[in-house]
Amino acid sequence: MSDTGKSLTLHLGLIAVLFALQFVLPAYQHGNLARIMVLASYAIGYNILFGYTGLLSLGHAMFFAAGMYGMGLSIRYLGFSPAPALIAGIAAGIVLAGGIGALALRTAGVAFMIVTLMFAQAGYLIILYFGAWTRGDEGFVIQQAQRILWGIDLSTPDNRYFAALILFAACLLLSMRLIHRPFGRVLIAIRENEDRAQMLGYDVFRYKLGAVIVSGAISAAAGASYGLLFGYAGASFAAVQYSILPLLWVLLGGAGTLIGPFLGALFTFYLIDIASGFTSAYMLIVGVVLVALTLFARQGIGGELRARIWNWLP
Amino acid sequence: MSLLSTRGLSKNYAGLQAVRSVDFDLPKGQIRALIGPNGAGKTTFVGMLCGRIPPSAGTVSFDGKDISGLPAHRRIRLGMAYTFQITSIFGRLSLRENVALAVRGRNGAQHAVAAALDRVGLLDRIDQVAGDLSYGHQRLLEIAMGLAQKPRLLILDEPTQGLADSEIAEFKTLIRALAAETTVLLIEHNMSVVMETADRITVLNFGEILAEGTPAEIHANADVQTAYLGTG
Repeated sequence: MSDTGKSLTLHLGLIAVLFALQFVLPAYQHGNLARIMVLASYAIGYNILFGYTGLLSLGHAMFFAAGMYGMGLSIRYLGFSPAPALIAGIAAGIVLAGGIGALALRTAGVAFMIVTLMFAQAGYLIILYFGAWTRGDEGFVIQQAQRILWGIDLSTPDNRYFAALILFAACLLLSMRLIHRPFGRVLIAIRENEDRAQMLGYDVFRYKLGAVIVSGAISAAAGASYGLLFGYAGASFAAVQYSILPLLWVLLGGAGTLIGPFLGALFTFYLIDIASGFTSAYMLIVGVVLVALTLFARQGIGGELRARIWNWLP
Repeated sequence: MSLLSTRGLSKNYAGLQAVRSVDFDLPKGQIRALIGPNGAGKTTFVGMLCGRIPPSAGTVSFDGKDISGLPAHRRIRLGMAYTFQITSIFGRLSLRENVALAVRGRNGAQHAVAAALDRVGLLDRIDQVAGDLSYGHQRLLEIAMGLAQKPRLLILDEPTQGLADSEIAEFKTLIRALAAETTVLLIEHNMSVVMETADRITVLNFGEILAEGTPAEIHANADVQTAYLGTG
């Protein structure tokens, strides 16, 4: 089987397994996995920029929140139904990513990290400042009646799981398609050697801006879906924690691998879940595991799999 | 007609004049060597030609068009190709991918990739990872990436640095074969390469053109000898 064939089999296999799992999982795990799939979609968006383009953003929460509030506010104040609200959320992410990208990409390296972090903080503070509309930290609930998409009630566990799976599958297949297209190949070239890419005639700035926009759009889609599926939008999703989490998931799962974001989100979620079952100081256990993984599996789970067993892993 | 020309091209670095008002003309189809002692401004000069370094003053024209204001990637798209003084390839990607990126998705990419690698004798390594190649082979890969762009002007910054003698002999043959299809600007320290491949030689010294002529003229030029060997 060709490498592309193997990769397609693996990723379609993962989607199939996730599809099958919904029939066997107990209710608690069922709910967890739905949440993990949405968060993994967010991580896939982050991975486009960090793993494939080599740009480390510390402000992705603003894109996640743009999606969440673009969706939530348009339902709350404009009376949108879920489908146009989702599109409004993604559009908010794209517009924000275009603007922020055009400004932040004038910097590189550490400056890029700081600038994205600052923009995200500004975004967080804006949400708090307009608390009268956004309900600030407290957030607002999206009522069950407002979450019915084409007659399907997204608040029931089964529908929610299925919707999360569709989102995840779409993001995974989109990112797979992307990195095999010339656009994605050029992003990888920029990650590997930006000078060389430019001196082969590629407009590096435009490609990086494209990567920020695709990454922002996927992150916003995840944010909008999260709000819609779990019925809540709040400022905590715009806080710095939600900028760090996708970095963590991608690093642990394997930056620059397609499956890494899912593995990382799954691993981190259950690490916290299991550790908090033992002790209230669960962050201590989580921290130790993270340090160990960074020391002994520097390329993350997916990266180690690629290095040791599956060298064809894209 | 000149494929490439500069007028009054200068570069100052905080008071140091690296390149001083250089007027330079490179006719189509020529193999031109650019030589000069260390620090003569050669790399700065070609950096300004291909847009990597903004000039302090002066203009660059390519094929009759003023390109002074164009960013590097636009100049490359007009038909310049540039190989770095310090080898610059995509070390973690395969040779095939390296050259395919240079081809930039034009029609018949597969064929163009194979042809360029064949030209430098690396076709049998097409699926290897570029970083695993020896240093000399990495230089050849970079030249293949230059060739794959089908450039109208190929700028090579010290291409034989670090090559073995046998590889240098092959390189000379390759450059001479290129004469029919492209214009070459070759920055080179290896005098045997310069003397045997170049149609004409330009000598830079302290940022200025010291002499220009055929290899035989340059060889006999007293000023050049002084610049290289000192006045004793």
